[in-house]
Amino acid sequence: MNRYDYVRPDTVADAITALANPDARALAGGTNLVDLMKYDVARPALVVDINRLPLKSIEVSGDKLRVGALVSNSDLAWHPDVQARWPLLASAILAGASPQLRNAATTGGNLLQRTRCYYFYDPSTACNKRAPGSGCSAIGGVNRIHAILGASSACIAVHPSDMCVALAVLGATVEVEGPQGQREIPFAEFHRLPGDMPERDNTLQQGELITAVAIPAPQFGSHFTYLKLRDRLSYAFALVSVAAALQIENGTIKDARIALGGVAHKPWRDVEAEQSLRGQAPEPRVFEAVAQLILRDAKGQGENDFKIELATRAIARALAQAAAGMPQNQSDKVIQ
Amino acid sequence: MSVIEQLHVGRPTSRVDGRLKVTGKAQYAAEYSTNGMLYGYIVSSTIAAGHISSMDLTAARRMPGVVEIFTHENRGKAAWLDRKWRDDVAPPGHPFRPLHSDRILFDGQPVALVVAETFEAARDAASLIAIAYEADPHCTELARKRNEAYVPPEKRSGIPPPPDPRGAAEQAYADAPVKISRDYRINPEHHNPMEMFGSTCVYEQGGKLTIYDKTQGSQNAQGYVTSVFGLSGDDVRVVNHYVGGAFGSGLRPQHQLFFAVMASLELERSVRVTMTRKQMFHIGYRPDNYQTVSLAADRDGRLQSIMHDAVAATSHYEDYQEAVVNWSGLMYHCDNVKLTYQLAKLNTATPCDMRAPGAAIGVTAMECALDELAYELGIDPLEMRRINFAQKDENTNKEFTSKALMECYRAGAAAFGWERRAQQPRAMRDGRQLVGWGVSTGIWDAFLQKAQASATLKQDGTLEVATAASDIGTGTWTILTQIGADAFGLPLEDVQARIGDSSLPMSPVEGGSWTAASNGSAVQAACDALKQSLFKLATKMANSPLADASFDDVALEGRRIFRKDDPARGLAISEIMHAAGLSELTEQGKVSPSLIQMMNYISYTHSAVFAEVQVDEDLGVVRVTRVVCAAAAGRILNPKTARSQILGGVVMGIGMALHEEGMTDHRLGKIMNANFAEYHIPAHADVEDIEVIFVDEQDDKVSPIGVKGLGEIGIVGTAAAVANAIFHATGKRVRDFPITIDKILTAPPLS
Ligand SMILES: Cc1cc2nc3c(=O)[nH]c(=O)nc-3n(C[C@H](O)[C@H](O)[C@H](O)COP(=O)(O)OP(=O)(O)OC[C@H]3O[C@@H](n4cnc5c(N)ncnc54)[C@H](O)[C@@H]3O)c2cc1C
Ligand code: SF4
Repeated sequence: MNRYDYVRPDTVADAITALANPDARALAGGTNLVDLMKYDVARPALVVDINRLPLKSIEVSGDKLRVGALVSNSDLAWHPDVQARWPLLASAILAGASPQLRNAATTGGNLLQRTRCYYFYDPSTACNKRAPGSGCSAIGGVNRIHAILGASSACIAVHPSDMCVALAVLGATVEVEGPQGQREIPFAEFHRLPGDMPERDNTLQQGELITAVAIPAPQFGSHFTYLKLRDRLSYAFALVSVAAALQIENGTIKDARIALGGVAHKPWRDVEAEQSLRGQAPEPRVFEAVAQLILRDAKGQGENDFKIELATRAIARALAQAAAGMPQNQSDKVIQ
Repeated sequence: MSVIEQLHVGRPTSRVDGRLKVTGKAQYAAEYSTNGMLYGYIVSSTIAAGHISSMDLTAARRMPGVVEIFTHENRGKAAWLDRKWRDDVAPPGHPFRPLHSDRILFDGQPVALVVAETFEAARDAASLIAIAYEADPHCTELARKRNEAYVPPEKRSGIPPPPDPRGAAEQAYADAPVKISRDYRINPEHHNPMEMFGSTCVYEQGGKLTIYDKTQGSQNAQGYVTSVFGLSGDDVRVVNHYVGGAFGSGLRPQHQLFFAVMASLELERSVRVTMTRKQMFHIGYRPDNYQTVSLAADRDGRLQSIMHDAVAATSHYEDYQEAVVNWSGLMYHCDNVKLTYQLAKLNTATPCDMRAPGAAIGVTAMECALDELAYELGIDPLEMRRINFAQKDENTNKEFTSKALMECYRAGAAAFGWERRAQQPRAMRDGRQLVGWGVSTGIWDAFLQKAQASATLKQDGTLEVATAASDIGTGTWTILTQIGADAFGLPLEDVQARIGDSSLPMSPVEGGSWTAASNGSAVQAACDALKQSLFKLATKMANSPLADASFDDVALEGRRIFRKDDPARGLAISEIMHAAGLSELTEQGKVSPSLIQMMNYISYTHSAVFAEVQVDEDLGVVRVTRVVCAAAAGRILNPKTARSQILGGVVMGIGMALHEEGMTDHRLGKIMNANFAEYHIPAHADVEDIEVIFVDEQDDKVSPIGVKGLGEIGIVGTAAAVANAIFHATGKRVRDFPITIDKILTAPPLS
């Protein structure tokens, strides 16, 4: 960890001014940034502690939930309105990390957390995301946690967030503010695929701050689930996770949304596959078919080949849970 | 001289140091500070083999606060001869000498120490050191070195090599009607105790050192420091009052100790050096291994042949050894046995004893293989173990001092409900969850080591017992207090144990589950001697009411000695001490194993482990819903701390079965998941019901106090019971541990 300057602005405007320095980093909960600094992966010259900014409120107005960037993952998950009306969001958050981490982690930080690719965290190895142009050690290396969809020859990392998988299904919007003013980014356009620029996780511009995440009210009642599969029953990143939501009318699927975590550089949605469910009966045969469709272009890297089969089965199971209105319980680890 | 009521030994007793620990008052090695103390930060190599061609220290030296940077070019004075670097538990070979030369033998090898006024400055400067390496080819992959495996030419002291073959194992295998031969692998594991390795070396006037070290043996660490740096024993004291877990990683002095002392001597300042979590993956670990177990039986399930071959990893500089295969020759009766154990050299640090070293992996393979054989035969796996019960240790031809294993099988099976088990795999389910039940035997040595203790009565009649033992979370503080209290009929508050200090009476390192038996017996012996002295003083007093009493006529209670037949006739301990003009009265006690007894007898702790798993039939997610561990461990001094040892062992066994694995990129020779986020140990959610049963086992030979020890038995057999349960649930045999989702998904189904 290096020496750095530290400021703690009180206003968003001051924070944006401070973040204009290209070597500055915003510090929210610090659960990811501080680790990266300890590993010498992030070596900011200036740490801008944003914890005093007035971005800590959860507002519900009509059918819209607006979450300030500094709301903690715990406060969000346990908020009564979120529990009652956005339970998929609460469920996905509670599937992640540990209570201690969720108490510290923030909404903005969760969106911007970096990949858990082992090589990214080890500066003595080649990694295009950390050191553009140096190569990708994960290809041909230890890659059981890596991507099976949307990867490139430059990077096969995955985005590790659980919350973001739910936000992808919920059709959230990310509100940001930067030197050029405010803008809103639809969630599907927020994270990006690695392509030949894996150093960029998302479409945030240099100096921009996330101020809030806005989420419309879901239309799927109890027909949703967040199913996370991992190497132990709690406190591990997803090997594969599925957020699924179905609108079911008169015994047929009117609309469906499916997002996958742990399989790509961003929460993975396949709108075409989702649409193929419309008008179909909510039954295992249909779920298996759509799972195959979503994974049609999946490609393993060796150690993670199993994820293709696992994801296929997880999608089918998640859709069965959603159809039955029996969302996965995140504290009882039995999968129904 | 007896006590009226033994109130403490054998009763569940909370830790006497518990309150200090939970209130943060118990100080650990890296929590001691002195004025003007410096901080050392270790720089680790980033290649696995080769040498350092250059080091650029310019930027690091410029960092404000940096005092000195030690490398192989300017390291402090230290011993030249190999043997000077050998600690009490060192395996054969050339012990690792930090900064000895420019040579790199493993990734993560310490190559420099930055010493600065603050920890932050040291760490920052360390990140600015640029090192150029000349890399040599390396190998960290055991599979590639298997064909170069060798029988270690020099044996490690205290570790029995495999016994000579008996009978004709190959022939018996060929002739037997039912047989299996299977390959197993348990991936490398890392100890990862909660407390990081740290040493605070306090440099006193005149060069005396008091070193607060994270170690399982203060005297082993002290011996190492005096030997490596050529210091006199009087000038070096090592303190390890509290140890935040170790699991074996603290048996040998780790390199932060060397660094703290070296820097302290060179700079004549106090220095603290701590390791990072990542660096703790580059010290000893449970070695990678490949094992083949071949078993044959007659149709009634009687074993006709046992062959167990193991190849395990070691480093390029030492031949680390543990008893992996020996257990297979002594757990069951069999006339034809052949066991082999070989090593292969990898570019890693030397492996190191990790909870139940050898048994944890060897018994896992053997007990899984026995389960497979039971299925071949169509015999209930528990019955299979009973059929082959060994009445004596057939490796050594010695009698067991006790073996209540049959009772473990019975009590464990009853508590678990084993009789309700369907033999066929996939026969039990709960909705989409396949349910499986598995069983395993567990075994571990019951050792008695040489140990000494002192017992001191204070003028007020309170007691102090002392021995240089360690408490790595095992409960040593508490059991020694209990033993002292019962010897003198005192409440626990009136007894002060003193441990964790090299200046106290001689003690071995805390390992091998021998501390309770050895140090406990030494304390008992010291107390017995002290009672004799006290009695003599009492009878010699003028007008002593006990003048005509014999030692057996008197009893102790309430800090008084009195006649059993007339409790009114007695003396307060303070009166006796006062009359003798003593402010305190001390006696020594010691134990050592009886060589005569050892010629005929041998001791083991046994267990029967039963596990229930639920496995999701499509997704392969495993939950260990129940474990029953029934252990026969001689006399249980403290059922509460004893249970806690078994719980910890079982949880670690679940980790071996399902989670723990150091993952190495063999192209780079690097462990990639060297942190707690990615190196998985069981989380709370992975641990459901664990029931611990201690069966009654009287043993008057194993140790003077009848104790066998419990630190390691809990892990032995647990991984096998879980794996066997997974087979019972799914019909899939996964022989590569840990059994992760991917392996269950891709394992061939039952044919
Ligand atoms: C051991 C461990 C296990 C974990 N397990 C899981 C898991 O299972 N599932 C899961 O989803 N997550 C998991 N996490 C990750 C955790 O959710 C993230 O670390 C956390 O959400 C990050 O939030 P933070 O506020 O601490 O971010 P910080 O660490 O403060 O920041 C992260 C990044 O975001 C930037 N940043 C933060 N806020 C803003 C803002 N408002 N505007 C612009 N930039 C900003 C920072 O500059 C930094 O680059 C785990 C983390 C750890 C350490
Ligand atoms: S997968 Fe991406 S993050 Fe990982 S090593 Fe390759 S480039 Fe770096």
